Amino acid sequence: MVATLLSSGFQLFIPRYLGKAVDNAQGFLQGAVAGVAEIEAALWLSAWMILGLSILRGLFAMVQNYFGESLNDCIAADLRKAFYHRVQQLDASFHDNAHTGDLITRGMLDLEGIRHFPSTGLVRTVMLLVLVVGGSILLISTDAVLGLISLSFVPVIAVRSAIARIQLRYLWLKQQERLTVLTNAMEENLTGIRIVRAFAAQAHELLRFDKHSSAVRQVAFERLMARVRSMTFMGFSFFVALTLALWVGGNKVLAGEITVGTLTEFLAFMMILQMPVRQIGMTVNSYARASTCGARFFEILDYPNPIESGKTLPDLKITKGEVRFEGVHFGYGEGETRVNVLSDITFNVQAGKTLGIVGPPGSGKSTIARLIPRLYEVTGGRILIDDQDVREVSLHSLRGSVGGVQQDSFVFTASVDSNIAYGNPWSDDAGVIQAGRDAQLHDFISQLPGNYQTLVGERGVSLSGGQRQRVSIARGNLINAPICILDDATAAIDADTERRIHDAVIARHDHRTSIVISHRLVSVMHADEILFLEEGKIIERGTHEELLDLRGRYAELHSLQMGASSSVEAALAQVSPG
Amino acid sequence: MSRGVRPPRGVIGAQVSHDEEMFGRVFDGRVMRRFFSFVWPYQRLLAFALIAVLVFVATQLAIPLVILYAIDHVIQPGAAATVALSSVIMFLAGVVLVNYLANYCQEALVGRIAENVVVDLRRAMFAHLQRVSLSFMDKTEVGRVMSRLQSDTGTLQEFLETSVFAIGDVVLLFGIVITLLVLDAELGLLTLSIVPILLVVRYFWLPHARAAFRRARETNSMANGALAEAIHSVRTVKAMVRGKDNHELYSDLADLNLTTHLRAAKLAQVNVPIVDGLTGGAMAIIVIVGGRMVFSGALEVGVMVAFLFYVQRFFDPIRSLTIQYSMMQRATVSGQRILEVLDVPETVIDVPDALDLVNCTGAISFDQVSFHYTPEISVLEAVSFSVSPGEKIAIVGPTGSGKSTTAALLRRFYDPLSGRVCIDGHDLRTLSQDSIGRHVSMVLQEPFLFSGTIFENIRYASVTKNTADVERAAQAVGAHDFIARLPGGYLFVLDQGGGNLSLGQRQLLSFARALVADTRILVLDEATANVDSYSERKIQRALNILLEGRTAIVIAHRLATIRDCDRILVLNHGRLVEEGSHQELMDIDGLYARLCRLNYASFDDVPSSATR
Repeated sequence: MVATLLSSGFQLFIPRYLGKAVDNAQGFLQGAVAGVAEIEAALWLSAWMILGLSILRGLFAMVQNYFGESLNDCIAADLRKAFYHRVQQLDASFHDNAHTGDLITRGMLDLEGIRHFPSTGLVRTVMLLVLVVGGSILLISTDAVLGLISLSFVPVIAVRSAIARIQLRYLWLKQQERLTVLTNAMEENLTGIRIVRAFAAQAHELLRFDKHSSAVRQVAFERLMARVRSMTFMGFSFFVALTLALWVGGNKVLAGEITVGTLTEFLAFMMILQMPVRQIGMTVNSYARASTCGARFFEILDYPNPIESGKTLPDLKITKGEVRFEGVHFGYGEGETRVNVLSDITFNVQAGKTLGIVGPPGSGKSTIARLIPRLYEVTGGRILIDDQDVREVSLHSLRGSVGGVQQDSFVFTASVDSNIAYGNPWSDDAGVIQAGRDAQLHDFISQLPGNYQTLVGERGVSLSGGQRQRVSIARGNLINAPICILDDATAAIDADTERRIHDAVIARHDHRTSIVISHRLVSVMHADEILFLEEGKIIERGTHEELLDLRGRYAELHSLQMGASSSVEAALAQVSPG
Repeated sequence: MSRGVRPPRGVIGAQVSHDEEMFGRVFDGRVMRRFFSFVWPYQRLLAFALIAVLVFVATQLAIPLVILYAIDHVIQPGAAATVALSSVIMFLAGVVLVNYLANYCQEALVGRIAENVVVDLRRAMFAHLQRVSLSFMDKTEVGRVMSRLQSDTGTLQEFLETSVFAIGDVVLLFGIVITLLVLDAELGLLTLSIVPILLVVRYFWLPHARAAFRRARETNSMANGALAEAIHSVRTVKAMVRGKDNHELYSDLADLNLTTHLRAAKLAQVNVPIVDGLTGGAMAIIVIVGGRMVFSGALEVGVMVAFLFYVQRFFDPIRSLTIQYSMMQRATVSGQRILEVLDVPETVIDVPDALDLVNCTGAISFDQVSFHYTPEISVLEAVSFSVSPGEKIAIVGPTGSGKSTTAALLRRFYDPLSGRVCIDGHDLRTLSQDSIGRHVSMVLQEPFLFSGTIFENIRYASVTKNTADVERAAQAVGAHDFIARLPGGYLFVLDQGGGNLSLGQRQLLSFARALVADTRILVLDEATANVDSYSERKIQRALNILLEGRTAIVIAHRLATIRDCDRILVLNHGRLVEEGSHQELMDIDGLYARLCRLNYASFDDVPSSATR
């Protein structure tokens, strides 16, 4: 920062010296009446001065630009880190409402928009100010009238650029918004391409594209014209001032008030100013861009995070691993748009026991899984782990103790090894392989060209739904958290494999408290207690046998899933000899 | 910068080399030609733009000349030349006005062309993606295609905008050289003697600079990739408590990015004093040599001052041409990436005289149909069956038996490699794709919804349908009640992918969507696989309404869904092995009977050993 100011300060002297050099040369040329030797010496002196000053100017410019760029880059790096951190920190409800495309645009393009500002914007503005102020003093002290005329374009440009800045800022914002809409539309189309094709909706989709695309184009044109109008007008006002200066100055010379040399000096200085003036337009544009991008970028950084873990919260101390819900209420969204999902949920899972949760879609099963690691905040009641409210312990310790395996698990473009070790990147080979074995994934991995080092994910070997879920289960195994939540984690895995995974996991981790959420009764029927959820309420609870005896919704479901006449045992008995 | 120890297995961002942005040839003729075909429609605008650029450059060169003419010849102390001065000023004012207009025109026209070309390119890519083989879409991740649709087109736009000005720069450069030589050949040559020095310096500087710039860009895309990943995977990151580790790993990436950027900046800025020094050198030559010439009367003062002016402007075009060079490299790479998309072959194309099937009874026949995605793995082998209008057929079979491919062939996502698929006796290949779409609709396993209102989603492409139609469809499939409870009802806005609805609700909406489309033939491709059995009854009821009066192909594993169908086809390893009603198949006592006897709710639960 100091360097930037310093180099800008140096910049002050450069046009002055340059002006003087031109002046000297000019003065010499005009009064070339002295002896040959003197002329020769004066020529050489001027030449050396110009050369020296040019190199000095170059050096100072280099230092100034370099520090300007460094400043840009340092700020950009800090902003990058802050943005990344913030995105990770923001709670799940933020991410539910945020479009991924929009976040990515903000984190990348908007950052680019800001990053160039300190050097192109600030430094250039400082440079221009220095040139104009220095020049004004120089010119006005020489000839007030001519000086004022020469500088007449400066206020015009100042006003014009202020207007342009407002316009461009507004248009940038508008363009960015419309671009986001277009991006999202394209992304959705490509993601849902099968639906598009199935409904022969290509024409419909192209219409949608055209609508959004022409909206973008329209505002892009508006922005272009606003920029062009202001930029060209600024250039024009400069040349008009130049013409006026020549006219008035020329008449003054003719009247004998000033010398040709002085006039040349004025014109030379204006020529020096020409480049920075041309750049004002760019600066204004980059300022508009930076402030728009900055607004969008900082909106994310400043977004309030209701679940931010305060620094003073103590760590969760797991003594047994007991999970208790006490009259928990929950709804997604805020105020008017809140959709109630859970009401008055109370249950208790004792250490080492398994709780099964079943219920129709939308009944709130997965929400329970999300509330325990405090991805969302309960709207009523409380959740206790070993008698500690989840809101009163640090997020880090809470989530470290609750291992969740989700229905839709993300596979990173990295080796299988890194994927399995995602939750515990410090684990060793043996641990990873064991986790792979327990998840019934080892045989598959062994067939891959690079075994555990094979690249998987979007750009690597693509995994089927069942394989992805098994990677996710392996991840969960490796964390070995005292509380384990399986949220429909085996939906895409066949029953046979599921049972083998279950056996392996139980054998290794029989001490941990488990909550199993599934739409397949096979997955939950061995649980110590089963909750049947409907519309956010627990309507039946008990063990598998108790629930069957109840002859309620659970029993009904059971007969639907298992076939009316046969019992589960019979079905299993038929499979096992296989 | 915290430089702690990083976890051995901790990585973020795609672990793929970023050499994608290879800087191979700067100029790729094919890319340029194809790209130019997108510029060609704007040839008239382009011609005007070029004229404007040339006029602008000419006036830019002329202004100093006029001024110097005024100084040398008109404004002489004492001479009564007020009239002459006025006319010179008038002339200058004219030149300035032309300069303004030309500048306005060149900026506006070039910007307009560039924007239009980008929109056209993006549209061409998007439209092409609507037609290319589905297997390409399956293999390609959306993010990659998106980056081509967005940043690559953006790069080309930038290139186009600057390239027209580059022409102006070249003209300006030559203009200055010629002006210098015309004004005074000897002094001009001496002044230009610095150019070879500049070239030599550049020759040594450029390779280093280019490598540094490339490295800076690479680290940029690495950091951006990691950020994109973090945004997509945020739920997993939270569940796995990787926040802190990731933050450190990302800081490393950001710091690396900073280091490479600083190096690039250093190399870029080293250039500045060299260029300035050379400019100074040229000016020194002018002062010494020119000064002597003025003294000896061989040169006018004005010419010498003109030299000083022009030399200062001489390096501007050179500098911007250097920028243009790297711009061109990037544009070439982007152009290649865009062409890759545009060159993906369309596998399913309408024949020139494709029949537009208007009325459709809904009869389907598969005649010895074979298909495979890769030659090694046959998916369907000589499958033949026919479905009469209004009949409901279930297709069952273990995973990988070719069920979904059968559905895809019926909708003509692909053409069969041998045999024919017919609707109402017409081979699908003779029909227009649009008309197939009007008679065949599909409900897929993943109920994909678009962001927008529920109304828009149910109506989707059937834009002729009104609110009443949409509500009727929702009522029929039993979605009306939950929709009515949502804030805004049918105008409730769905998040990306319908994230604010449950899977079951989304599936009901996708049923309603198919109902509104109202086609004679309906294909349900595992449409109920993701729905919990709880909604079974509701869904079953919805299905019955949906299927009423239509020819239906139901791919399902739920016995409850299958049993209601008129006929069941059993596929195994790409062959049709059994065919008949539930009772008939049970009587045959084959694969179907075996699957049923296992008493699983869904055939997907059946261990693979049982199908052999």
